[in-house]
Amino acid sequence: MATVTPHRLRAGRGIELALLVLALAIGIGAYALVGLNTRGRVPADIVGYSLGIAVIAFGLHLVLRWRAPYADPVILPTVVALNGLGLAMIYRLDIAEAARGHLEAFASRQLAWTALGGIFAAAVLIALRDHRTLRRYTYTAMIVGLGLVVLPLVPGIGTEINGARIWVHIGGNSLQPAEFAKLALAIFFAGYLVTNRDILALAGRKVLGLQLPRARDLGPILLVWVFSLGVLVFERDLGTSLLFFGLFVAMLYIATERASWVLIGLVLFAGGAALAARSFAHVGARFTIWLHALDPAVYNKSPGGSEQLVRGLFGMASGGLFGTGLGQGRPDLVPYAESDFIVSSLGEELGLTGLIAILTCYLVFSQRGLRTAVGVRDGFGKLLAGGLAFVVAFQCFVVVGGVTRLIPLTGLTMPFLAYGGSSLLANWVIVALLLRVSNDARRPFAAGVRVVENVPRGRPVPDGARAVPGSGATAEEMVYQPTEIVSGPIRKSRTPEPSGGEE
Amino acid sequence: MNTPLRKLATVMIVMFAALMLSATWVQFVKAPSLNADGRNVRGLYREYGNYRGPIIVGGEQVAWSEPVKDSFGYQRKYADGALYSAVTGFYSVVYGRTGIESTNNTVLNGSADSLFITRVQDLVTGKQQRGATVELTIDPAVQKAAAAALGAQKGAVVALDPRTGAILAMVTSPSFDPTLLAGHDTTAVNTAYQTLLHDPNDPLVNRAISGDTYPPGSIFKLVTAATALQSGRYQPDTLLPAPRELALPLTSTKIQNFGGESCSPNATLSLADALRISCNTSFAQLGLDLGDQALRDQARAFGFGQTLNIPLRVTASTFPDNLDAPHTAMSAIGQFEDRVTPLQVAMVASAIANQGVLMAPYLVATERSADLQVISRTTPSEFGRPISATTATQLRDMMLAVVRSGTGRSAAIAGVDVAGKTGTAEVPGAAPEAWFAAFAPASAPTVVVVVLVEQGGNLGNEATGGQVAAPIARAVIQAVLKK
Repeated sequence: MATVTPHRLRAGRGIELALLVLALAIGIGAYALVGLNTRGRVPADIVGYSLGIAVIAFGLHLVLRWRAPYADPVILPTVVALNGLGLAMIYRLDIAEAARGHLEAFASRQLAWTALGGIFAAAVLIALRDHRTLRRYTYTAMIVGLGLVVLPLVPGIGTEINGARIWVHIGGNSLQPAEFAKLALAIFFAGYLVTNRDILALAGRKVLGLQLPRARDLGPILLVWVFSLGVLVFERDLGTSLLFFGLFVAMLYIATERASWVLIGLVLFAGGAALAARSFAHVGARFTIWLHALDPAVYNKSPGGSEQLVRGLFGMASGGLFGTGLGQGRPDLVPYAESDFIVSSLGEELGLTGLIAILTCYLVFSQRGLRTAVGVRDGFGKLLAGGLAFVVAFQCFVVVGGVTRLIPLTGLTMPFLAYGGSSLLANWVIVALLLRVSNDARRPFAAGVRVVENVPRGRPVPDGARAVPGSGATAEEMVYQPTEIVSGPIRKSRTPEPSGGEE
Repeated sequence: MNTPLRKLATVMIVMFAALMLSATWVQFVKAPSLNADGRNVRGLYREYGNYRGPIIVGGEQVAWSEPVKDSFGYQRKYADGALYSAVTGFYSVVYGRTGIESTNNTVLNGSADSLFITRVQDLVTGKQQRGATVELTIDPAVQKAAAAALGAQKGAVVALDPRTGAILAMVTSPSFDPTLLAGHDTTAVNTAYQTLLHDPNDPLVNRAISGDTYPPGSIFKLVTAATALQSGRYQPDTLLPAPRELALPLTSTKIQNFGGESCSPNATLSLADALRISCNTSFAQLGLDLGDQALRDQARAFGFGQTLNIPLRVTASTFPDNLDAPHTAMSAIGQFEDRVTPLQVAMVASAIANQGVLMAPYLVATERSADLQVISRTTPSEFGRPISATTATQLRDMMLAVVRSGTGRSAAIAGVDVAGKTGTAEVPGAAPEAWFAAFAPASAPTVVVVVLVEQGGNLGNEATGGQVAAPIARAVIQAVLKK
């Protein structure tokens, strides 16, 4: 982590603006197409809708210009495009429901949640001037995260929906606390691992060319393992369980650079899941559905059969390579088409082509997140950005893998696309955190220091440099920060890059 | 930490590549088998979700689709469902299609090859695929008259225009209302269908063309008479033996006349008179003289042995193979294993009415695209010339006598020359099937009517074709001629 990779100095806000226009065009275009294809006219509220989503997008853009001018320019447009596509599909499903007499307003609620998500993201960007502040709340985050995960088990507020106990009901609203828990746990893991990484990285015995950790250091991973299995057994949710454990293992690997942790993690989870599948019928059923989805006996079993999964497969198959076109398929034939199965809905109407484009958006998003982690200079930031980028990508993998029968189906929802307030809010906060960290990662820091060094006393300090001392970092970090900058072979690594920031 | 981050980036790319492969597996590789899966209701919904064209009778829709707010999108509706169900059939979410709904399905749902240009136009203009209209040859006034005259009796009525083959009425009784089967409430549809299916009176069967075929009885004497006249060895005034009983060779069986009566005091009758009073012994003897092969050939020329598509499927009528002498005699008077559909009888009468030219019967007049352009119009076509014009004229005159002074007097209409032939087919252990075949006006016939009343209808064991079936034929002719 001592190396600092070169960055272009271009802030990228102009690129972001251009990309945002494109992203909005995708979302609004999809919304208009839904209206044209289902009712033969552009939706009546197209202007209001376009304004709403544009205000959210451009509002965040302005906040970035103001508070994080060097933030990654690709992340926000990617998310706006995905969120817009999700909204269009939810609106399309509302129309299908209205056609059979169920008046649903999922789309307008989702738009409201999107607005709230945007506001949350803006608030995070404005209030959190430096992501390192979060490190102070490492153990607070742990308590909050664990609390959120356990919340659905509390009698009275926890509710079981479709066999999984991952929902809470508070004041008429349903929340999926696990969505926020992944955020809190990412902060906790980052804070914990950046402190203890040296111990965890200490080598024990070497077996078959693999450096195993010392047995006494296995404590934390075993703890998280037990915790994940608890989620699996008591909340009956393979997805959440897999998500938390995967997040921890990935961050442990980033922190220690030891592949042995990944291997231990995989063995532990596979063993635990296999054990749970044999011991608990509801976990075993998930595996049966996965392996024998098209078997008539499994298909016709109700509840707990594979009908929903297979209906999703039918939908995607009918979409084929190019899809039926927005509004012209029958995604409404799949239960939970707007949430758990929005991927199969999009696969049906946009085809394999559209689905791959959407997956590419997620890949771009998470790769930009990892790029941020590589670029940021502090260990906590690296772990946080790496963890958050991974958790979004991993959630996609679990959801899409489940819907396409690559892995067993779980109860997770697709970030940004699926209907659901908790998911949208939590994921927009993740976006804000990644943008915040990326601002730090892409800021022309070295150049700033050099300028500071060369500038005679009394001259005003340029913008880029001024942001650092005032960013609210702790004393310890402020000391350790410059050493990192100076220590690295900054100039050497800079020279080969032609578009580098040297004036 | 950058090395593991970079490795993690690679892992992510692998993960997403796996997802893309998995999506390709579902949406491309496995798509054909998933789409063909019987549990996949999408194809069904896609079809039900499109606007389906109407079926038109006399300028009015008798079957059409209306948009509804449920998962299907359109509801099939039927006007006078029970009256037209023999022709329209039903269109059910659960039980599929029958009748014109089935035979002309691709036109009605818009996927027919003939609608290709319309589909391209719709694609360009962004319109949803719309089904085309099917116009039937049925005349609603004639159809209603036939159904009313038949009433609650089990049986069938077919009326057609002998000059073209266009079917003017096709009634079967008892009937069913396709509305009961077109609903989207599958439980209600199931119940309704099971009730209809297990009804001992078989309301789902179209008796006019595709029910159990029926023994023709004396109606078949038209074929036997035609065979005789075509042979050149007989004229209408050729005298035939008319004994009280005819002892059949090789057996002890004897053929008697209706009611055991004698046909004639001097035991001989002309061919014309034998037909007029429907003398069994004369025709049995005639059958023996002509031989089974001549009768079989003549029957085949009228269409026996062929399955027709009008476009509804018509069961083939049969004249048995390899007959010995006694069975030939029985077959010549329409007993033993002769089996006919009412439509086949109508074809025999039609050839006689149309001077020996048998026109192929048909039900669909035109098919029009959603914007009312004609995409196909049925041109009347010749089925064959089973008899000569001379034979036709001779038979016509013989049939006129049947109505004027023979067994078919109850079909007579003042001011119209009606030609007809009765049939009363004996069924062992049950009441006879009553038949009447007629056409009018005899000089230039515009309508052929065939009536079948099962098991004697309202008269039961006492029924004859003349008493039960002829009045129904008369009512239908009146409806056509508006007299």
